[in-house]
Amino acid sequence: MNYLHTLLFGLYPYLAGAVFLIGSLMRFDHGQYTWKTGSSQMLSAKRMRWASPLFHVGILVIFFGHLAGLLTPHWVYAPFISAGNKQIMAILVGGIAGVMCLVGGAALAYRRFTDPRVKASSSCGDNLIIVMLVAQVILGLLTIPAAMHHLDGGVMLKLADWAQAIVFFQGNAASHLEGLGLIYHIHILLGLTIVLVFPFTRLVHVWSAPLGYLGRRYQIVRRRA
Amino acid sequence: MKIRSQVGMVLNLDKCIGCHTCSITCKNVWTSREGVEYAWFNNVETKPGVGYPKEWENQQRWKGGWMRKADGSIEPRIGGKWRVLANIFANPDLPEIDDYYEPFTFDYQHLHQAKKGEHQPTARPRSLISGQRMNKVEWGPNWEEILGTEFAKRRKDSNFDQIQADIYGEFENTFMMYLPRLCEHCLNPACVASCPSGAIYKREEDGIVLIDQDKCRGWRMCVSGCPYKKIYYNWKSGKSEKCIFCYPRIEAGQPTVCSETCVGRIRYLGVLLYDADRIEEVASSRDERDLYQRQCEIFLDPFDPEVIAQAKRDGITDNVIKAAQQSPVYKLAMDWQLALPLHPEYRTLPMVWYVPPLSPIQSAVDAGHVEHKGILPDIESLRIPVKYLANMLTAGDEAPVVQALKRMIAMREYMRGKHVDGEQRLDVLEEVGLSEAQVEDMYRYLAIANYEDRFVIPTSHRELAREAFPERGGCGFTFGNGCQGGSSDTSLFGGRKQTTTLVEVEQYDPRNSEVNHG
Repeated sequence: MNYLHTLLFGLYPYLAGAVFLIGSLMRFDHGQYTWKTGSSQMLSAKRMRWASPLFHVGILVIFFGHLAGLLTPHWVYAPFISAGNKQIMAILVGGIAGVMCLVGGAALAYRRFTDPRVKASSSCGDNLIIVMLVAQVILGLLTIPAAMHHLDGGVMLKLADWAQAIVFFQGNAASHLEGLGLIYHIHILLGLTIVLVFPFTRLVHVWSAPLGYLGRRYQIVRRRA
Repeated sequence: MKIRSQVGMVLNLDKCIGCHTCSITCKNVWTSREGVEYAWFNNVETKPGVGYPKEWENQQRWKGGWMRKADGSIEPRIGGKWRVLANIFANPDLPEIDDYYEPFTFDYQHLHQAKKGEHQPTARPRSLISGQRMNKVEWGPNWEEILGTEFAKRRKDSNFDQIQADIYGEFENTFMMYLPRLCEHCLNPACVASCPSGAIYKREEDGIVLIDQDKCRGWRMCVSGCPYKKIYYNWKSGKSEKCIFCYPRIEAGQPTVCSETCVGRIRYLGVLLYDADRIEEVASSRDERDLYQRQCEIFLDPFDPEVIAQAKRDGITDNVIKAAQQSPVYKLAMDWQLALPLHPEYRTLPMVWYVPPLSPIQSAVDAGHVEHKGILPDIESLRIPVKYLANMLTAGDEAPVVQALKRMIAMREYMRGKHVDGEQRLDVLEEVGLSEAQVEDMYRYLAIANYEDRFVIPTSHRELAREAFPERGGCGFTFGNGCQGGSSDTSLFGGRKQTTTLVEVEQYDPRNSEVNHG
């Protein structure tokens, strides 16, 4: 049991992370033609118009919430906000964003599996990733009732310690998760698996968020050099 | 002044018979693939009609092209950069597949395999996207062919703006014309401006607008940005595709497939030199009716010694300058002012121009129904309303259309006088401001339309871009990444790049000609 625990929560994150980074780089270098959003809006705009923005805004808030919430060391924010208050804030913001993401994602998943055009043009990866994302946001929302029993921020700090131990190579990361509820473990495992499959799905379009557009000039001319 | 060259096209609508050969040959070469079954880089529409995709000219609906703001600057009608990004999760201005048509095939095998029955077996339609049975084909790439569908539907044609159109629904007053359409390879392309990835670009050496298929991420804003709706989203590959002006042929000095195969010989290809520094200024003109005239102003006289000197300084090769001097496009657009741009009011400065159609007018002239105003017939009272053509070709300004039509009638009257009646009708030439030499030239280009006169295309100087010798033993053309050693300069796996044919490019800003490698 202890061995499995270390494998899944101490080593698997590095495996998933390495595949994520190397896989993305290799696909970018060798298969850019496949690097795309995979939009199916032109096949069927119905439901897409409201579901897609809802899903995307929700998932972006969740992503950056996790990034900042888990990786900011406690001593950085301790002078401004207590761990308990931070947890309540996280539940509030994450809860709202989670519901947005769930409603939008469920609608998109329903569309993907029922609209004849979208269904026919979907790849296995498209189907897999939307199911994984919706399942993950459901798991994430299910941690909220569990968290309501311990509003002191203790569990949150443990999770943050785990994430920081992984990212900052502190070692013994899995030990931080000992004693935490099953729901957190499943949520983390599925999350790591999403990171693992990321380079092989349409999710790579996340890397290409076109923020450069804001700074570039309108016209582009290419000359042979 | 910064001189660039472009291979432009002119289509003589007066001679288009609507045979669709251009569309079919283009289709067979470029879009006979899954994902772009519905896409026609070249299509021929019967006007009046809503066209393909439906109502593409209605920019209130599709928001294509540029819009002039109160401060005098222009931005894409789909919105500024922030609005484009805000709409990236769901583009509100994107046509659906049904606005083009759902691509279909027929169950042909059923004709072979049907069991013996009381009735003749039929091949019923099936969707090429979902694979499901379609009970009825509702729309196609050319649904309005030769006045197909009710007038009430075709009445939505935006070119009927400010026209009492309802009388043209009556049988006696009906009129039609063909409009072959392809990418306009604009000087101020709205698709380039609306691409969040910066994947669309204009080539400096010949003005061809292309989508970098590797860099395209499928944000699909270009489909909305282009007012001609000539960018198609490949639903299979997830990338946008467009007319490539057959650039491999153009580079080799050959005409595009649509031009080469045109049985009516209505297409002309030729080089235009233009002042790239003035593009933005001209595209921002206050009055949209000035856009045609002002676009003409930035086309440069290829015989002007100053222009030639500057062109050479800007790296334009001698064979391009020579081609510009013999350009049929320059003659038709500038010397004779017969060719006019398609919807200049979109402010993209299009580079595929059209000679307005005359035939229905001419037949009325022959029938003697027409009032004569002076020597030439009164064009304004003829079958295709001049206002309709003006809405299509000059943002509503009728004078250039009338002049072009009159010049073509004058050419016919003059040549008829010369060859049939044996008299020299200098009076008709004087009326439209043409010299004898000019009208003889017009006759040669419009009526005889020899291959060498129609297509004057300089071969590209690939050898100047890169030494050609290492290309021996290269990979040639390939789909996928068979030849590619990766996009980065240093190979990830230490291997040698398989090909040297990939031409490196640099980008530069037309406004300050600063060069960025990338």
